[in-house]
Amino acid sequence: MTIELLKGNVALAEAAIRAGVEAYFGYPITPQTELLEHMAKRMPELGRAFVQAESEVAAINMVYGAACTGVRTMTSSSSPGISLMQEGLSYIAGSEVPAVIVDIMRGGPGLGNIQPSQSDYFQVTRSAGHGDYHPIVLAPASVQEAIDLMTEAFDLADKYRHVVYVVADGLLGQMMEPAELPPMQPLRKERAGWALTGSEGREKRIITSLQLNAPDLEAVNLRLQFKLAEIRKREQRSTEMLTENVRLVVVGYGTAGRIAETAVKRAREDGMKVGLFRPITLWPFPERRLSALADQVDAFLVVEMNAGQMLDDVRLAAGGQVPVSFVGRMGGVVPVPEEIYDKIEEIYVKLPVRVR
Amino acid sequence: MTMHEEIIFAGFGGQGVLFGGQLLAYTALAEEKHVTWIPSYGPEMRGGTANCTVVVSDDPIGSPVCRNPSIVITFNNPSLEKYESLIKPGGLLVVNESLIVEPPTRTDIDVVLLPATTLATELGDTKMTNMILLGALLGRRPVVAMETVQAVLLDKLGSRKAHLHELNLAALARGQEIGLAQNTEQAV
Repeated sequence: MTIELLKGNVALAEAAIRAGVEAYFGYPITPQTELLEHMAKRMPELGRAFVQAESEVAAINMVYGAACTGVRTMTSSSSPGISLMQEGLSYIAGSEVPAVIVDIMRGGPGLGNIQPSQSDYFQVTRSAGHGDYHPIVLAPASVQEAIDLMTEAFDLADKYRHVVYVVADGLLGQMMEPAELPPMQPLRKERAGWALTGSEGREKRIITSLQLNAPDLEAVNLRLQFKLAEIRKREQRSTEMLTENVRLVVVGYGTAGRIAETAVKRAREDGMKVGLFRPITLWPFPERRLSALADQVDAFLVVEMNAGQMLDDVRLAAGGQVPVSFVGRMGGVVPVPEEIYDKIEEIYVKLPVRVR
Repeated sequence: MTMHEEIIFAGFGGQGVLFGGQLLAYTALAEEKHVTWIPSYGPEMRGGTANCTVVVSDDPIGSPVCRNPSIVITFNNPSLEKYESLIKPGGLLVVNESLIVEPPTRTDIDVVLLPATTLATELGDTKMTNMILLGALLGRRPVVAMETVQAVLLDKLGSRKAHLHELNLAALARGQEIGLAQNTEQAV
């Protein structure tokens, strides 16, 4: 294995290929298009399925169909395209088939622009479409982490038969950084016991999200909620830097998280007791660890490239124990470390004296 | 003292701005340094603004963006107007003198002025502007070794573009020569 200079979008595509994706469906949209482009080249080369669909609505429904046959399948898009996929995602979650979705977020609302943003946090974590569920959401902060999480996304999707998002902003999609790809995994030969493989010689199987009888649909929902509770228990992930004996913890994910890292390091150099907490799973949100930190520090500062969406989850985790402040930029503007540093300093000098 | 440079390449689409930055990034990787490259451009392929930020460091890189770069190469006048005031004191500004209206005025930074577009045309291809400017940067501040840049460049061009090898190397050398010649500070 060698370390190469890889663009985020290309790295995500190649990582998915090496994780054994057998069918890709997508529709071009900046700043995600290099992912689709790489798939267009590589998938046919490998004898796997690549379809450029006529729209995002078509693409997600093709993913749904492929997922029902038990193959590893995915699509990728950017914010407005993800909005179009909501209905299909809900059907996938309701049918409990595994699918992986990449969202390279751009500025919104509406057509917005093609610059980096994290404004899909609500859209991806709260649900994907209608109905009572959360998808699993993974948020890399570097090209290497994008590769690692892309691989893991397929395992999680299979394990829980659920929708798994890998979300990054346009900056990570477009960024080149040294990273190492994993070896190619062999394609799975056998299909899961629920998959639609042709019913000749066996009992037919039905995959559907339609349950006209209310108690039946409630039973589906109960099973789904049980599964989500398991995911919440087992799959919370985060990383942190210098969070021991600090007064303030900065919380940021993805690109905002790594920009905050630079600001935190500078604040430490200037004598401020500050650390960084970076969620890797946005759902399940790493609330256990953050709640534990709330017992040890005096304040949280949330950094996002939106108006403050993860902020809600940090407040819930903080449980009113510590004040939670926010700094962010919107509309495709990427914050620089200096403005995060300024906010850290502003909060730090006013930190309440806390008696323990 | 560990090395950490935040470098912006800025100009028009079509001037080789993004590739200039990529070459530096590939070279930094070849020298086993930490590096990030991020582009910023409009939807146009040519004619719109194009710039990229390259961070090269001995340490792992947090932020791939910066407010105050330590080095800037401006390929055209709008870029000079935009970035001159943002460079860190003590930083370096490399200016394509062929496409500016007024020369830079700051005195607290190093400045290399060279008519890169004219020089590239003299060498036989206007597209060599980016290599001349990168050469000048490295002549003034060897963020990476010229030998590594040359090796990486030839590798990237490959045998398919073998006819361009000599021209690109000549452009890098021409820029480096000017960067070194204007390097009055370190010569003292």
